[in-house]
Amino acid sequence: MAEQAARGAVLAMRGVSKTFGGVKALNDVSFTVRPGEVHCLAGENGSGKSTVIKIATGVYTADPGADIEIAGQSVAAPTPGLARRLGIAVIWQDLALFPEMTVAENIGFEALLGARPKPVARKRMRETAARVLARLGVALDPDAPLRSLPIAKRQIVAIARALVGEARLIFMDEPTASLTQAETDHLLEIVRSLSASGVAVVFVSHRLAEVLEVSSAVTVLRDGRLVGVFPTEGMTQSKLTELMTGQTFDSAVAARDRSAAPPVLELKGLTREGEYADIELTIRKGEILGITGLIGAGRTELGHTLFGMTRPDRGEIRLDGKPVRFRSNGQAIRAGVSYVSEDRLSLGLIQPQSIADNLSLTVLDRLLTAGLISPARKSSLVDHWIRELAVKIGTPADAVATLSGGNQQRIVLAKWLATEPRLLVLDAPTVGVDVGARAGIFAIIRRLAEQGLAILLISDEAPEVYFNADRVLHMAGGRIIGHYDPRATSLAELEQAVYA
Amino acid sequence: MRRLINANATEFWLILVIFALGLFLSLTTEQFFTLVNFTDLLNTSAVNLIFAMGLVVVLIAGAIDISFAVAASVVQYVAALALMALGGGNWVLGFFIAGACGVLLGAVNAALIHHFRIISIVVTIATFNVFFGLLMFFTRGVSIYNLPGWWSDRIILWEYETASGAWAEITLPVLVMVFAVIATWLLISHSSTGRQLYAYGDNPEAARRIGISPGAVQYIAFGWLGLMLGIAGLMQVNYAQEVVPNALFGRELDVLAAVVLGGARLGGGRGTVLGCVLGVLLIAITENGLNLLGVSPYAFKMVVGGIILAAITLSNLSLESLAGRRP
Repeated sequence: MAEQAARGAVLAMRGVSKTFGGVKALNDVSFTVRPGEVHCLAGENGSGKSTVIKIATGVYTADPGADIEIAGQSVAAPTPGLARRLGIAVIWQDLALFPEMTVAENIGFEALLGARPKPVARKRMRETAARVLARLGVALDPDAPLRSLPIAKRQIVAIARALVGEARLIFMDEPTASLTQAETDHLLEIVRSLSASGVAVVFVSHRLAEVLEVSSAVTVLRDGRLVGVFPTEGMTQSKLTELMTGQTFDSAVAARDRSAAPPVLELKGLTREGEYADIELTIRKGEILGITGLIGAGRTELGHTLFGMTRPDRGEIRLDGKPVRFRSNGQAIRAGVSYVSEDRLSLGLIQPQSIADNLSLTVLDRLLTAGLISPARKSSLVDHWIRELAVKIGTPADAVATLSGGNQQRIVLAKWLATEPRLLVLDAPTVGVDVGARAGIFAIIRRLAEQGLAILLISDEAPEVYFNADRVLHMAGGRIIGHYDPRATSLAELEQAVYA
Repeated sequence: MRRLINANATEFWLILVIFALGLFLSLTTEQFFTLVNFTDLLNTSAVNLIFAMGLVVVLIAGAIDISFAVAASVVQYVAALALMALGGGNWVLGFFIAGACGVLLGAVNAALIHHFRIISIVVTIATFNVFFGLLMFFTRGVSIYNLPGWWSDRIILWEYETASGAWAEITLPVLVMVFAVIATWLLISHSSTGRQLYAYGDNPEAARRIGISPGAVQYIAFGWLGLMLGIAGLMQVNYAQEVVPNALFGRELDVLAAVVLGGARLGGGRGTVLGCVLGVLLIAITENGLNLLGVSPYAFKMVVGGIILAAITLSNLSLESLAGRRP
């Protein structure tokens, strides 16, 4: 059976294990991709998806005993060069591009590889780049330095690089993470046309809707083991989530009526030229207000103003009925506003430092005894929040970098909750967090609301806001263009409004 | 045109500053705008430029080297002893021995960085001390004066007697420098190997995943610097006509300053041959100008330091940020 499935496969991996310093990242995994199919590799963070990609492309070497075939050729240990020659290309999650080089050089770098020096054919590289970009239907200046491009354009460059040469199989690791809906649609179009021309695509994405839309089969990994290979036909998001996590989640609308509670935040005609305009909203005590909309709708910019990082041009911010004007985020923190940033990994945490240091960073001034930080007060604060948010850690002295995405997000939350805020602004709190861990984070957010915290939940994922907020605002072009009550609206209606 | 300027902003500014400085010195001093002064500038800058051609390659690859100047002193000693043992030798042998010794010392740095995974600044601070310590220990600080004639005699390639009776001369180190500049330019801008060095310096992890060998990058970059430092050492002896163990001590920071001024980035991935040449020239002209203006030589370092700070600060500011952004 297995033999038959592998025949004619563009990639067939069997019995692949990988151990890192005693930890088994992959345990006896098989993975087969047929020519021209769009195959999804699904699993939570740490389930081994990236390890599979890195072994198939020769970045890592599998433990002995693995059997790997690329295009019918048995390859004991692929190297990056060999994998490329056999037609495997990758779009890495972190893009793996060269910011100082031009677009053309980034796309055509393959021509510069090899140990033997050869002259640089700039004209031919530019032609190659122009040809691939034309195939993608994108206009980009091939001579522009990559660093001058926004992240979405860099993503296009990474895709273009994978299309140079005769790829038989393209791995796409979270290719849509930083794309807008329109750009994502365009990418999915490209994936379909690649597939139609016989190129296989292995698609990895946290956005399950995308996965189900584009792929014909899905291989699910959990904790480094193969759960199974399933056809996408008839698969639902909740079924897939269950396979990935091994748990069931019921998504039910959690909205409650908080209209009787006193207002915590009121915005009246708040405007900042070029970012957002005429924002009117109220968040009451214990209420979760969701704001959704596409990237660039002005949601994050509004969050920055509430946190005192930018100043509005017009309009009024009232906190507990009193008008406020923050000149810095320090003032906002003292007034009881906390902000959990979108870019948790680079801005929200100091990765190499310990959990305890990260958690206590916002409240160091409250831990002082005679001018010095009291170790006892620090450790009692840290213990309290670790317990309160059920963070899974070894010891508080471990580096934050050792935690999973979901647990890191809890540390960020704890760090801000330690300031005892009255208003918590959460900007895309589940970016890079697994489906399973998301549920845990929202349970915490709802409990905080029950305790009276006013929460502004910003997210570009409409379902996330729909299932967790009490009321939902839809923002586009810097303005609020719709109000929704999840109890009176269907998710489809909201998604239609936001994404169509 | 605009794009040409944007893509080569550092070089463009350096040319502008050098031009303005030259104009100012031509108007305020009598000697600056003379053929004799220009050839002097070239003769004195040649050794630094050869060093710079090696160092910029290492910076592009994302590393740094502090040890190259004292390594050149080691090369000078080893070459002098070897040549005398061989009965005097000649230029071909001289280039071969100096180049080979230099590459060997560069390979020591590369090996420590690659095989022991130590960052380059730490490795080369250590080898700087080791090289210099060994040199001073074995030579006891004694200079060598009785060098073979072919090595220590000035070789004038071109000369011209000006109306005032002074001689404008171009010496051998200038020709060698021109070859070093052209070879480095071919390597980093026009060979796939050079582009791989840029790529590795720019994003090492991405370079590794695309199949560029990190070890090869270190050996090529430090090997090239080794070759250049060997040749620079050979030329410095020809210029100074003696081998003094601490003659090049401290030169590493002068060259590093010039290379950074020329737009090379300490993080890797950025740097050009033209930028290096202009950086070295700007510093040489500044020193030359201060000299001609009768400023105390003790002020040179201060002024050079000020220029570097101003250049780095300005190149970090884009026009938009100078125009002012809203808070």
